[in-house]
Amino acid sequence: MKVLVAVKRVVDYNVKVRAKADGSDVDLNNVKMAINPFCEIAVEEAVRLKEAGTATEIVAVSIGEKSCQEQIRTALALGADRGIQVETSGAVEPLVVAKLLKAVIDKEEPQLVILGKQSIDGDNNQTGQMLGALANMGQGTFASKVVVENDKVNVTREIDGGLQTLSLNLPAIVTTDLRLNEPRYASLPNIMKAKKKPLDVFTPDDLGVSVTQHLSQVKVAPPPERKAGIKVEDVAQLVDKLKNEAKVIS
Amino acid sequence: MSTLVIAEHDNSSLKSATLNTIAAAGGLGADIDVLVAGGGCGAVAEAAAAVPGVNKVLVADNAVYEHQLAENVALLIAEVGANYDNIIAPATANCKNFMPRVAALLDVAQISDITAVESADTFERPIYAGNVIATVKSADAKKVITVRTTAFDPVADSGGSASTEEISAVHDAGVSSFVGEEVAESDRPELTSASVVISGGRGMQNGENFKLLDGIADKLGAAIGASRAAVDAGFVPNDMQVGQTGKIVAPDLYIAVGISGAIQHLAGMKDSKVIVAINKDEDAPIFQVADYGLVADLFDALPELEAKL
Repeated sequence: MKVLVAVKRVVDYNVKVRAKADGSDVDLNNVKMAINPFCEIAVEEAVRLKEAGTATEIVAVSIGEKSCQEQIRTALALGADRGIQVETSGAVEPLVVAKLLKAVIDKEEPQLVILGKQSIDGDNNQTGQMLGALANMGQGTFASKVVVENDKVNVTREIDGGLQTLSLNLPAIVTTDLRLNEPRYASLPNIMKAKKKPLDVFTPDDLGVSVTQHLSQVKVAPPPERKAGIKVEDVAQLVDKLKNEAKVIS
Repeated sequence: MSTLVIAEHDNSSLKSATLNTIAAAGGLGADIDVLVAGGGCGAVAEAAAAVPGVNKVLVADNAVYEHQLAENVALLIAEVGANYDNIIAPATANCKNFMPRVAALLDVAQISDITAVESADTFERPIYAGNVIATVKSADAKKVITVRTTAFDPVADSGGSASTEEISAVHDAGVSSFVGEEVAESDRPELTSASVVISGGRGMQNGENFKLLDGIADKLGAAIGASRAAVDAGFVPNDMQVGQTGKIVAPDLYIAVGISGAIQHLAGMKDSKVIVAINKDEDAPIFQVADYGLVADLFDALPELEAKL
């Protein structure tokens, strides 16, 4: 079974991103970039499927500028077999990403496509579901457990209040939640090996997809600042403040 | 101009997230219809019809929609939504599952998690874990939107008398089926709509110690949450997680216990009206957003707090 994994280059999750003073965009100068944490979980899941003998080949795909090849190499170092970059410039909207991934699916014909549930930059949480619609495949989003059996995959999903399990026909789309697995670290020998693994580059034109823009960013701004309050001396003073000053308890 | 609101429900009751969404929809300046898609969901339709400001309730009551399978529900919404300018739903786990599918079927963008409606085509939404608020303008003729419910006060749930219309369309994509569900039974309010939330973090040390929060939660009628650190450490299940990728809450009172205050956690609770932090590390970043900070060992402070309430 071939597994396609999508990875995105994003600002490292430890970076506190700020809006530029003129409000034109976020300030990403000299900011550390990394593979989106949810995408890392997606790669790990694919690698585990391969180690279990379920998956035979893992293809890691990323959509973005040339620099996103770094994140493809990260996926290759973690255990993916080959990479595909679809070269785009600037921000690409989830709908377009989904269309590009759909075109890659048409070429590669994977049985399972694993994506992160959301990227920690745009916080959209859209691409996997959109891809499901475009490819006419079933989807198991926010997955905490993935079990492939014959021509089906059972996905246990994080829902409000608990867990839900669905059975999907293959090929299918899975998007990862935090508890699906704990990604491994790439070993140095594997990082070296990853440099030699094949990586193909396509343009949206090659894939017959036009990059359209549906949303425009009018401005960005910092959120309303929250001021630090006071330190209370003890529990008694805390209860008193909550009752008599904040009036949030009675 | 017309707007279709997608109701959030469990087939027996209309969830309050729907009321926040109707409030957000009001800002679009169009007539509001509500779609209730489910199985055996008649009571939900009745509840939706009683919401003031709702023009019409459309009910698609069929077994294929009972478990809200995204593949089926998205086909239905795309068909019904063809006649509307806006399709809007709360950003619950359920609606986040199918709304992007609807958008793709209609070949339009989705505008996720909006926190303000500036005009019929311009919206505010948080990005980068809420460290930046982006104002975005949609060029699509049809808008597919999800709403951060905590950013909009709910409309009233009674006093209206909308008409009800049955939708007979049955969409079964045939690619997915429901296997089972484990939903925690709890008498406590839901995290996202509770007026008081008490959350524990890594400082709780283990899952057993979360019981220290129970008595306080009982006295305050609070929901219990957790930081990602506590979830990752396996103390509590993920559906309790408050943060960027978990639940977004904005209660009247939020009590953070043993939580350091990583930006991902702050993203999920910093719009709370009053924030209390209890942490033994006086330099913990949580104190920078707390209205009332108590530097104390939580194992001393929690029993005392419970006794004094």
